[in-house]
Amino acid sequence: MSRAKSTVVLVAGAIALSFGLRVNAQPNPNRAATPPRAPRAAAPIDLTGYWVSIVTQDWRWRMVTPANGDYPRLPLTPEARDLASAWDPAKDEAAGEQCRSYGAPALMSVPGRLHITWQDDRTLKVEVDAGTQTRTLSFGDGNAPADQPRTWQGVSVAQWQTPRPNVPLLLRPAERTADAPAVTPTGGSLRVVTTNLRAGYLRKNGVPYSENAVMTEHWDVYKRANGEEYLTITTQIDDPQYLRTPRLVAPVFKKEPNGAKWDPTPCSARW
Amino acid sequence: MLGSLVGHMRIATLISLAFLPAAPALAQVDLTGTWARSGQSDNVESVEPVDLLGMPLNANGRAKALSYDIAALSATERQCQMYPPFYTVSGPFSLTISAVQEPVTQKLLAWKIAAWGDRDETMIWMDGRPHPSKYAPHPHGGFTTGTWQGDTLTSVTTHFKLGDIKRHRGFSSDQATFTMRFNRHGDLLTVTGILEDPVYLAEPYVLTEVFRLTTNPNGFPSTACEPIEELPRLHEDPTLAPAYLPGKHPALNEVTEKYNIPLEAVLGGPETMYPEYRKKLKDAYVPPAPVRAAAGPGNQ
Repeated sequence: MSRAKSTVVLVAGAIALSFGLRVNAQPNPNRAATPPRAPRAAAPIDLTGYWVSIVTQDWRWRMVTPANGDYPRLPLTPEARDLASAWDPAKDEAAGEQCRSYGAPALMSVPGRLHITWQDDRTLKVEVDAGTQTRTLSFGDGNAPADQPRTWQGVSVAQWQTPRPNVPLLLRPAERTADAPAVTPTGGSLRVVTTNLRAGYLRKNGVPYSENAVMTEHWDVYKRANGEEYLTITTQIDDPQYLRTPRLVAPVFKKEPNGAKWDPTPCSARW
Repeated sequence: MLGSLVGHMRIATLISLAFLPAAPALAQVDLTGTWARSGQSDNVESVEPVDLLGMPLNANGRAKALSYDIAALSATERQCQMYPPFYTVSGPFSLTISAVQEPVTQKLLAWKIAAWGDRDETMIWMDGRPHPSKYAPHPHGGFTTGTWQGDTLTSVTTHFKLGDIKRHRGFSSDQATFTMRFNRHGDLLTVTGILEDPVYLAEPYVLTEVFRLTTNPNGFPSTACEPIEELPRLHEDPTLAPAYLPGKHPALNEVTEKYNIPLEAVLGGPETMYPEYRKKLKDAYVPPAPVRAAAGPGNQ
């Protein structure tokens, strides 16, 4: 074998080696193709159960109704400030709009409890006792259905985000078992994009969001060795009409063993 | 012949390395970079000295908080005192995170959160080393180890000094443990901090902060701290230790007077951070008169 040929053979072999894992991971053509698992069966994390808000942040704006005009740290446009300053709960009550501060962009920050269940194999149902609201998180192709009426909770499209496999870097050949299952990374998170909202309030005292607001959430759970479980919902709200920069918050919940403290209350424009 | 083969193998190895998937051996996601704090919560609020709202303090923690006089920070020996690692989520600064790699193997040894202002650096050791004996020294930054769970980094910090945990309000002791969860979602990094302290807390104190990756961080002049004479009375009388006796804090009622929030809630406690506490407040609370927004603390 000439020097050039032997180099080519060695290089080709080395490249094949470096792709070895991925080659082995290719589906066997003799096997019947398995349909993708439904989102419920494919869930990398378990969100179901009862969760309670932990109000350690922004207590003064969440646990009580703040004064008109008290909205620090919100990147509001001048138009939004004007609207917030004109807040009048009596008007909202007269218009039957007591739920304006319970829309999806505010709801996860309202002190209360969540009850999360699977409505079907493709839909997570999130019931909230504060304001007796329900969000449905539908797993789909990433697009909200068109021509639906706007609602406080809007249309939420969900998607699991799973870690990519951590492929070990092997410089030498290793024994492999044919068709051995790939190492499956653990954990993951839930990404939810909510649109089609009815305009409402980010805070009880009339800080507005528009009907064109888009909310993107990432739901992450943390199960501790002592049995405690926490849920952090990283939330970004984009609303150029009323927010100069996106609103970024991450409310936290703690899992409860049951629904003993579940306490549905109606929407209130004042409390 | 053998030398030629070895040479070919070297070339082949170098070329094959270029095709290898770029998967780090230990890290699932890259955390390096400067992460600007979103700062849209009241984590860094420090307006009223007695504002313990939502803090799960026990009786000792409340007593410690109410005895604190910020003038204590002007004592020479305390001027360069740093905040405990909890300041990562409750402080005003961004996070600059870098990877510390073993120089020969390039394996990840640690993630380093650079010191900034009055927070010490945090080295999150990823090489499996154990936490030291409880009698080991307690530096300001403590001792931290980390593990990956999927794409989430979990760090646990012990061995840090006593310090105030929310801008001069509330303290953690040198027996506290601080756990952080780092969740990266695109250019957002969410840190969930869980502080546990058998001395001053009745339940874990949980705060979150959202950071955004930035190439234009706000440059804070991170200069060395040099003690100077800040309050002459402290130097004239070195025995003076600024503190308030029980029930004597002059700002005790400030939050109640400004926001109509009952004093019982202002003093914190684990029950105040759960939704059912609102039932206690409902009949006792009347919203204050409208405020001029521009005058409010932190209004943007």
